[in-house]
Amino acid sequence: MEDLIYLDNAATTPVHPKARQEMMIYFTDYYGNPETLYSAGIVAREAIEAARAKAAALINCDPAEIIFTSGGTESDNWALKGIAYAHQKKGNHIIVSKIEHHAILEPCHFLEKQGFQVTYVPVDSGGIVNPDDVKNALTPKTILISVMHANNEVGTIEPVEEIGRIAKEAGVPFHVDAVQTVGNYPVDARKIGCDMLSASAHKLYGPKGVGMLYLRKGLRIEPLLHGGGQENKKRGGTHNVAGIVGFGKACEIAMTEMLPSMERERPLRDKLIKGIGERITLTRLNGHPTQRLPNNVNMCVQKIEGEAMLLCMDMNRICCSSGSACTTGSLDPSHVLLALGIPVEIAHGSIRFTLGRTTSEEQINYVLDVFPGIVERLRRMSPIK
Amino acid sequence: MYSKKVMEHFTNPRNVGVIEDADGVGEVGNPICGDMMKITIKVKDGRIEDIKFQTLGCGAAIATSSMITEMAKGKTLDECLKMNRDNVAQSLDGLPPAKMHCSNLAADGLHEAIKDYYARQGKKGQTDEKKN
Repeated sequence: MEDLIYLDNAATTPVHPKARQEMMIYFTDYYGNPETLYSAGIVAREAIEAARAKAAALINCDPAEIIFTSGGTESDNWALKGIAYAHQKKGNHIIVSKIEHHAILEPCHFLEKQGFQVTYVPVDSGGIVNPDDVKNALTPKTILISVMHANNEVGTIEPVEEIGRIAKEAGVPFHVDAVQTVGNYPVDARKIGCDMLSASAHKLYGPKGVGMLYLRKGLRIEPLLHGGGQENKKRGGTHNVAGIVGFGKACEIAMTEMLPSMERERPLRDKLIKGIGERITLTRLNGHPTQRLPNNVNMCVQKIEGEAMLLCMDMNRICCSSGSACTTGSLDPSHVLLALGIPVEIAHGSIRFTLGRTTSEEQINYVLDVFPGIVERLRRMSPIK
Repeated sequence: MYSKKVMEHFTNPRNVGVIEDADGVGEVGNPICGDMMKITIKVKDGRIEDIKFQTLGCGAAIATSSMITEMAKGKTLDECLKMNRDNVAQSLDGLPPAKMHCSNLAADGLHEAIKDYYARQGKKGQTDEKKN
């Protein structure tokens, strides 16, 4: 993997060597069940609590408010279903944005079948949710608002603090899907004023299969996983000890590496955006030009298709992604690009590069060298001139 | 995800381009669905003498276009009309299930080109009659 140019960090990140190192002993020596009384279990238990404290420090909350899950998808599912079931006597209305991740939208569709009502608030052409639209969507029956901190596809950063104020005023629980920001962009749960927040380890150089839900003290929620009483009876299931330890270490590393990384990524992101615009005709940047994650480059290239671009990139050792229909697995391109008002035929030609902590200027220069040739070749093959 | 053969055809597609004075032109798909194919043919003695393609689409779309031009060259028009998506997919050592519609498109594109050829022949026959 050493000579790969990996620019798909929004999809997943490599595990930091220090995180991997810390995990190993929980596979070899301290493999005990953390719920037991003997020392092999107690050491595991202490390691979990240490990781919990690290996660809490990263997002500024009390460790008791962090509950470990199997990842972002479980956290999102739990936040939606857990609040819906716990508060259904109060109301049955939920507000989310149109550009949420499928891990929020699919639970919404499921809850709609159960009789809940969902308002999907639109976004502007830059992908920004207008807090007033959230306010205007409120009804006496609203029991939950969920808006993501930053969008995974186009990188747009949402005004979650403002929405937090609106939610607090209305007395409605507010969930933030912060899977793309925790560890990569400053997240302060208290400052945002949210009641719940989702995060996923493998987006911040931790292992896959573990994440967390921040759950504000005092908020009533129905568990998603009923079972052995773990996590204060809120989330059953034997802890993924090694995974949690890796997650904790990744959070600790982020405390010092996140900000310098952002400073490195931002100019490289801008160089890539500018360079593509200069070297290739008929391209456009998707998402907000300035209110976007420092590592996100999402562009549409006209007259060619996204997956074909990815294959050509792969042949050149570059890993990136696309929002074309062929890559979404449906006949429609990405719901996010469509929600931004991008025409279907242009959305098919989308490509996303998400930079990481080890992305170098050399790698960006290489992409800029190689990309125009790829586009030229595919455009030559295209019937649209 | 893709077979070696599909990747081969994607990396080195055969018969890319346009026959300017084509005997038949077949255009299928549309930019809304993200796949577009244009097939142009030259017919001699009831056989495909030359064939070229232009495609906007994913890896499978480009590979199936390339494959169908390879399959069609030198064959009779009847043989070409019998070609279907399963032949194309098989020749490529299989396609992921979600991509089978691409192979459908390639076969359709060829059929459209042949249909266009016959239509032009019919018109030609009419104008010849008028002259006589």
